[in-house]
Order: sequence, then structure tokens, then C-alpha cells
Amino acid sequence: MSADFTSDEIMTVSAARMLRNGAICFVGIGLPSTAANLARLLHAPDAVLIYESGPIGAKPAVLPLSIGDGSLAETADTVVSTPEIFRYWLQGGRVDVGFLGAAQLDRFANINTTVIGDYRKPKVRLPGAGGAPEISTSAKEVLVIAKQSRRSFVEKLDFITSAGFLTGGDARERAGIPGRGPVAVITDLCILRPDAKTRELIVTGIHPGISRDRICANTGWEIRFSEDCGATEAPAENELKALRDLLARTAKAHGTAGVAA
Amino acid sequence: MAQWSSLPEAVAAHVHDGDCVALEGFTHLIPFAAGHEIIRQGRRALSLVRMTPDLIYDQMIGAGCAAKMTFSWGGNPGVGSLHRFRDAVENCWPGPLEIEERSHSDLANAYVAGAANLPFAVLRGYAGSSFEQSCPHIRSVICPFTGERLAATPSIRPDVAIIHAQKADRKGNVLLWGILGVQKEAVLAAKHSIVTVEECVESLDAPPNACILPGWVVDAVCLVPQGARPSYAHGYYERDNGFYLRWDAISRERESFHAWLKGHVLDTADFSEYLRAQAAGAAQEALR
Repeated sequence: MSADFTSDEIMTVSAARMLRNGAICFVGIGLPSTAANLARLLHAPDAVLIYESGPIGAKPAVLPLSIGDGSLAETADTVVSTPEIFRYWLQGGRVDVGFLGAAQLDRFANINTTVIGDYRKPKVRLPGAGGAPEISTSAKEVLVIAKQSRRSFVEKLDFITSAGFLTGGDARERAGIPGRGPVAVITDLCILRPDAKTRELIVTGIHPGISRDRICANTGWEIRFSEDCGATEAPAENELKALRDLLARTAKAHGTAGVAA
Repeated sequence: MAQWSSLPEAVAAHVHDGDCVALEGFTHLIPFAAGHEIIRQGRRALSLVRMTPDLIYDQMIGAGCAAKMTFSWGGNPGVGSLHRFRDAVENCWPGPLEIEERSHSDLANAYVAGAANLPFAVLRGYAGSSFEQSCPHIRSVICPFTGERLAATPSIRPDVAIIHAQKADRKGNVLLWGILGVQKEAVLAAKHSIVTVEECVESLDAPPNACILPGWVVDAVCLVPQGARPSYAHGYYERDNGFYLRWDAISRERESFHAWLKGHVLDTADFSEYLRAQAAGAAQEALR
């Protein structure tokens, strides 16, 4: 395989490719924000990035470290209050794509960012919901970006913070959820998409140099591969350059290394 | 009517043991100076409300001020966990902490409902999640017109809301801009409010639709330059991202947290002394 890019880089580039130009995108902080801004620098200059702190149409030159960085406000078309962003813009149905990260997810792309263990007596207390429960239900569709491991891709979630396809099949529709739900999960190993009928996540693309065994070993359920599952396209030179420049600019601006992931 | 006063006087007058207190500011304009003054005055058994508890509530929880926290995202933005919050929830240290957990959308709606003098917020939220099973405050109502089932949650009505803003004039009219979060709603939902500001000006000189809180909805206005550090004040100073990163190590263990709290908050007279101690600490760190 080519050793010219890292698994984090192909994850971010693959995720960025999913965001179409002109899409109205509600962006989570961290990996989703990196991918969405990379898309904006590449093929999607007219994507509209909305952050839950209130900026609409943010065009930051460097990645924000926090969800409410001043650079988001300064480069936005407008900045509205937090109630307005959730009430008028997200719940109002104006968001095409919700771009989320996930601490844990299951085979139906349900997400847990709340607790590991019992809710009342948690083994690990995670940060909690943030905007995700309503982004995952009100956005017309959802992209999820997450690193894949047995700790993050689990058989059963201790808590569903944000709905994917619930128990699969038409469970999401029966629950009355307006948005279509996750259309793809992009990881450092592969790309997964929901099966059209069962809505279980299946591997539809494998990153170059990654084996099926490695994907299985890093998944907490018996993962399936689509019949036409092939290799993901390796990052092109211009994609890698744009990503590395963005991360270098960000590290320089924040005076720290590695804050963008 | 807003009274210009010192921050210690304002906290002594308006924040009492057992009160429900909301210190708001979404990443931007977080009222750290006020949080520190509450710690210095030894307030206990507070019911804290805040969308993103951030370092300020991590400090207040670790200092023993809180009995309960209502929140929607409890992490160190861009860094990781809030260790004092986790220690309280996972190990009941320094005491048990009751939590009332919401989503951002819910809590924002609940402040709006509070400001609008309504008992509950209604939103299209939480569908398919585990919240309704685990959190008794998250319920639902049926729309009387369409039959749609919607989430219903109690509104937020703090005893006192505390925010930081850029400017106030002599009459105590307050102007803030940039990322506004839920500050206006928090003040209007609360029985009392304290606003700390970067500067006192003769005229706010603001356009007609600017976010202004008239002095008559504010109880106390306090001049505390840099009172939002280590968060930021748009137009005044940047966020101290380095401190947010350093907080991870400072707060990870109880001993290192207490040493920091004593040196920077408990043993300093006010926020300007804190800023000096903080600058000295950062300089020391840079030499390592």
C-alpha cells in the first residue's frame, strides 16, 4: 500500500468528499468540523456551515478549538442566539446535513455520548448530549465520523443519546423522526452505509491497505461487507495538501499541535 | 434598577446558599470572575444551571459549591473531560452531585420558556433516545391541534442569573455582541441578575437591533475588566486555549486541583489578583 497518508487523513478526506457543494451543514466540533472545512476548501466552497453556538455560514481560516470560537462569529454571514439556532434553523427544517462525531455507536448507527455503565451509577461519565439528539433527528440526513475500535463500535449501547435507526428496519420512521438519519459512517478503516432494508451498517468501502480481518477485529458486532464492497479512493495530492495546510495553520494559530482532531 | 457595585458586594447581596444559579456564556463571555467570587464567599448547596459547564463549573463543583447541576454538554471543549465534574458524578467527591441532564436544544428552549413566564418548554426533541426512560424531567405532550407527540421539559427559572458583557453605561444598560448563547434569556428568566462588564461607557452607541439588556432588568452591574478569562470577550481579548489544555492536568487529581484553587482563587483577594497569579503560573509553565 501507499504509506503516503495516515489513517486519520483518509478518514477526514473521505468524510469531506461526502459533503456536496451548496449543502446546509450543521457541524459538530472536532472531526466533523475538520472534514466540513476541508470540503469547503476543496469541492464545496458554497457549503454553508452552521455551528450550534450561533454562527451561520462560518468560513474560519483555521479550525476552531471550541464550538464558540470568535473566528466562527467573525467569518459568518450572520450570528444568531443559541435558542434561535436550534428553534428556527435546525428544528425549522433548514439543515440538509448533520455532521456528527460519536464516542460509541452500534450496528444501527445509534450514538452514545452520555454514560458507560448504569445511568445512575456510571462507570464513565461522558460529556453528554450537546446538540446531537436534535441534529440527528431534525437534519434531513446525517453523516457520522468516528475512529473505529471495539471500544467505540459496540454490540449494545448503555444509553442512546442520539437516534440512528434504533432497532433497525422502519423503527426510525415508526418513532416519528422527521430526518432520514445516517447515510454514511466514515472511520479510519472504512466507510459503512446502512442496508436499505435492515438499516444495519455494512462496510461498503475499505481504505487502502486495511484488511477485512482488521475491520472485524475492531468492531464489537459481527460486521458484514456489501457484495460490491471495494477499496476507497486514496486521498489525492491536492486533498492531502489542503488538509495538512489547514492543520498546520490551525496548530500555528492555537499555539498547539494536534488540536484539530 | 441596576446598581453599579463591586463584584463581592453583588455576590453577597444576590447569591445565597441553596439558590438556583445560572452563570451563562456559550464558550464566549463566560463569567469566570463571578464564579471565583462565589467560591471565595464559600457558597454551598447551589443548584447550578449552564448549557456547557466548562471549566467554571468544574472549579465550582470541585470547590464544593454545588449540590445539583443542570446541563447539556459537560466536557472541556477541544480537550476532553471535566475531571472535577466526573469525580463528583462517579465518586461523589467532594460530595454527591445530583444531575439534571438535557440536550442543548432543550435547555435553550427551557430558558426561552422561563423568560416567557411559561412552566414548560415544548420541542421536537429526544425522539428515539434513552432520555425519557432515564431522566424523569423529560416528558412529552400531545399537540391539541395535530396529535403530534412532542418533548416537554420544565422551564428554567433561576434565582439569579450571572453573565459577562462587553459594555454598560452609567445607568446600567448592558450591551453584548458576538456569540450570544442564551445570556439574554437567562437574565430574563431569572428573579435577579448580576452582569460583569469589560468597561463602563458614557454611551453604548449601539444600532437599534443590538443585544441590549435595559438597566431595569438587571440588579447589579460590576466593572470587572477581563472578567471572562480564560474564555474570551469579542473585541477585547482572545480565548486562552493554552489554559484550557493545562486545566486537564491541573484538574485531573484532587491534590493538584486543590493546590491550584488555593493559590489562584481562595488565597487571592479578587479577580485582578487571580489574573496576576495566573500570569505568574503561565510564565513558570513556559520556563519548564
